Amino acid sequence: MDNSDLAKGFAHAGTGIVTVLYFARLREALGRDTEQIALQPGLRTVEALRDLLRARGGAWEVELGAAKPVRVAVNQTMARLDSVIGPGDEIAFFPPVTGG
Amino acid sequence: MRIRIQQEDFDVGAEIAAMRGDRRIGALAAFVGLVRDINDGAQVQELTLEHYPGMTEKALAQIVEQAQGRWKIMDVKIIHRVGTLRPTDQIVFVAVAGAHRGEAFAACEFIMDYLKTQAPFWKKEQTPEGQRWVDARASDDTAAERWQGTEIR
Repeated sequence: MDNSDLAKGFAHAGTGIVTVLYFARLREALGRDTEQIALQPGLRTVEALRDLLRARGGAWEVELGAAKPVRVAVNQTMARLDSVIGPGDEIAFFPPVTGG
Repeated sequence: MRIRIQQEDFDVGAEIAAMRGDRRIGALAAFVGLVRDINDGAQVQELTLEHYPGMTEKALAQIVEQAQGRWKIMDVKIIHRVGTLRPTDQIVFVAVAGAHRGEAFAACEFIMDYLKTQAPFWKKEQTPEGQRWVDARASDDTAAERWQGTEIR
């Protein structure tokens, strides 16, 4: 663990902000494209963040629920539910991609 | 490697011509994707493409790097349009230059298959029944997955 990892570890225990982005169907259904969320103890994976957002109820519960296919990226790279998040990270939720 | 995300249309002939010049290139394989008028049984009047600026370029660059790791290719160009498009409009252009056609064809198809499943673009259709987000296709995942078992040539 180098210094930056150590700093990240300490920050996890205290505060820190992540930027959350929503795209396509999620952006429309949730009525926003971005927000800042304060990290708190226990909030250190994509799954924990998704659960926090889902707990808002309504469209959040539906769009981020198990029945909807949702993809996630951390710092602009495809990630998984167990991916670790930390202060300053950019986390994006979106439907499966349909380009090309 | 050149990657462009743009609203404007592109000239396929000019884009391909610009890739010539390297005397080692013996093959240029290009793919152009177009907007169709029918999708999942509905008439498509208009298509709006949204993307994730920043991640899109990064994801496409990673796909090109993977292709370069699998085949000996000399140049790659990707152009993907965003914004509002209509049937018959060009959406995407992928061209690969190599010494021979085998690697150029294969890398071009590989890049398209991965672009379809990894690059953060989303299509929304305008039909007579209203607007709808296009659902991802399982066949696109299958197309990308089949490369995972193939040998590096």
